[in-house]
Amino acid sequence: MSTEEPKIGVFICHCGSNIAGVIDIPQLVEYTATLPNVVVAEDYRYMCSDPGQDLIRERAREKGLNRVVVAACSPTLHEPTFRRVLESMGLNPFFFDMSNIREHCSWVHTHEEEAALEKAKDLVRMAVARAAELEPLVQKEVDVKASVLVVGAGIAGIQAALDIADAGYKVYLVEKEPSIGGHMAQLDKTFPTLDCSSCILTPKMSLIGQHPNIELLTYSEVREVDGFVGNFKVKVERKPRFVIEDKCTACADCLEVCPVNVPDEFNTGLGWRKAIYIPFAQAVPNAYIIDTEHCLGMTPIACGKCKDSCEAEAIDYEMKPEILELDIGAIIVTTGFKLFNAMEQLEYGYGKYPDVMTNLEMERMLSAAGPTDGKIIRPSSMKKPKDIAYIQCVGSRNERYNNYCSRVCCMAALKQARQIREKYPDINVTIFYIDMRAFGKGYEEFYESTSREYGVTFVRGRVAEVRGSFDSDRIVIRAEDTLLGQPVEAEADIVVLSCGIQAAENQGDLARVLGIQLSADGFFLEAHPKLRPVETNTDGIFIAGAAQGPKDIPDSVAQAKGAAASALTMVTAGRVKVQPYAAVVNEELCAGCGICEASCPYGAVKVVDNVAQVTEAQCKGCGTCAAACPNEAIAPQHFTMDQIIAQLDALFQEAR
Amino acid sequence: MTKKNWEPKIVCFACRWCSYAGADMAGTSRIQYPPNARVIRVNCSGRVDPQFILRALKLKADGVLIAGCHFGDCHYVSGNYQTSRRVELLKEYLKEIGLEPERLRLEWISAAEGTKFAETMKSFVNEIKLLGPNPLADGGPE
Repeated sequence: MSTEEPKIGVFICHCGSNIAGVIDIPQLVEYTATLPNVVVAEDYRYMCSDPGQDLIRERAREKGLNRVVVAACSPTLHEPTFRRVLESMGLNPFFFDMSNIREHCSWVHTHEEEAALEKAKDLVRMAVARAAELEPLVQKEVDVKASVLVVGAGIAGIQAALDIADAGYKVYLVEKEPSIGGHMAQLDKTFPTLDCSSCILTPKMSLIGQHPNIELLTYSEVREVDGFVGNFKVKVERKPRFVIEDKCTACADCLEVCPVNVPDEFNTGLGWRKAIYIPFAQAVPNAYIIDTEHCLGMTPIACGKCKDSCEAEAIDYEMKPEILELDIGAIIVTTGFKLFNAMEQLEYGYGKYPDVMTNLEMERMLSAAGPTDGKIIRPSSMKKPKDIAYIQCVGSRNERYNNYCSRVCCMAALKQARQIREKYPDINVTIFYIDMRAFGKGYEEFYESTSREYGVTFVRGRVAEVRGSFDSDRIVIRAEDTLLGQPVEAEADIVVLSCGIQAAENQGDLARVLGIQLSADGFFLEAHPKLRPVETNTDGIFIAGAAQGPKDIPDSVAQAKGAAASALTMVTAGRVKVQPYAAVVNEELCAGCGICEASCPYGAVKVVDNVAQVTEAQCKGCGTCAAACPNEAIAPQHFTMDQIIAQLDALFQEAR
Repeated sequence: MTKKNWEPKIVCFACRWCSYAGADMAGTSRIQYPPNARVIRVNCSGRVDPQFILRALKLKADGVLIAGCHFGDCHYVSGNYQTSRRVELLKEYLKEIGLEPERLRLEWISAAEGTKFAETMKSFVNEIKLLGPNPLADGGPE
């Protein structure tokens, strides 16, 4: 305990009108000045601004402050800011506490001004009481491992990996599928420039495969993440592909002998592949894989034809899963998205009518390298359609499925409509929409020219039902035209569902493994929606691309570059400060009972010679040991018994 | 304070990784809820020493809310499981000493669940209002 008498300065922020619009600041200041140990109580319009910070420094000098409390927003936002202010004036940054009178008060009790003021008084009083109990802590610096793990190798992961590798650092790029490329590899052309997706993606994929700083781990998944910022220990499982990547020459001899045909995932089930296969021609690594679920059996008795046919001797039926242990400085998570499952929205008849397809299926059909060589045909009759209808917002902007807008489907539908009209001027395309959202650079122009020059028809209204026609093999769409204010019925030969973007299947599991959070929509949660969009609340772990929320390619790439820069900032600095919250044992009080040892989730506490000992590097400061200790002999720093009790006592010291 | 305009006073211990951020989320979403609770930020719901809870009740808190991460989501692997066990035991103890166990509530609120934080506050305040003031306030069992 510091022997110095606490001299506390309390600085109350208006946050423009965010706080001052609800809470009577002069009254709060007046009240605060009466609190014990408070030497200065002052307010300012924006405490976090430069003049605000200067005000704290000035008062601290004048009055010899040794503790500072700022009553403002959430500490999640500006605790680091104000800690730096203390540091800049030579005060220990842990002599600081923050009272959250915005998120926890003015914003949630907007219409109860009196009660909000009372609450703010309580919150400030609690913070002042805690401040008096604070102790100086030394923030340790640790080395940052000069390597970055990128999880997920779609366009975001590829870009992040390349940026980091180009800066000269080691990258482990982990992808759960047999090839990198992600969803972008499945696209034919990209809006609004109509670049061929492969032409802009595959050169980057090939760079990944060749880059000396990138270790590519495909068909692999992250199983465990341990350690802390700068020093993560990551376990990655390499699943066996039963084909030795380095030996496989992708000659396709095995394809000719494999007797099994399986619907081809890459072509959204519209084509066929073998049980030994390569996902697509430009796959990286360019090596085959055996799909054990469909393979007849990897023994000469069951089949074994592929092995016999392989001159390169690349096939190894004995391959086993392998666990790699990696030392990692920073992690970037770019695991992408899952397309909304159209089966869920029953009224659109997906799965019931073969001519109702998803936007991704249409994309494969439009691709010259796709299952139909770029020809558009009705799956039911293999004939050319006359009318194609698009239904927008399938699974999006709908409280039954996802409330949010998936952002890419409007542009994707416009792009496909234009491609169809370019190829087949005699096919009519109608788009049923709620709102067309063409928000990006060059998007509005693309929308206008698609409707004006390419003769695409737009009907504003959510489609109610899709069903088979009673007197032909066509499909009937029923909707309300909200511009005409009347129901409409239209017939089409193909209905394309503009399925939205959803969080990936195992996003929650991965969040748990990484110790990061999800937002309400199921995507990864960023540390701050505007100012820290690629950081998570776990230091050293960054997010980018559609794993953070629906995003198109330009936005994914931009975010990936942002995440790469953030990770690089950490890795190039080589050192990072860690929070000094590790538990400390009071050896005089410790009876050596070992309850703390049993409660510690990290094995950081051990009883040696009848006294508990904490391994600082392993302790994360959760404080479970402190809650379990019957003797108050162990406590995490900055969350000690005295500090929390002080808050409680302060809260109730006022007469009820 | 007369019984008529009595408003319960509630202490909430919130894990900084989930529920504290959930309360922040309620704020940024401007979801309004009753102003009865004061939040104390802890690193993990597992940090909440039973002594904090008993002290709060002794100091005449009308209710104590502990808010942590959902099972499986604990930032510190398993702290919330330990919290859950402690709270169950403490509720038994509260019965023994003549306090309603409902005055102690445990909720799992994630960083995304601003709405749940606000709803929890509403329902807890209502529940405590039905129970009335902490009996210790009238010099009850000490």
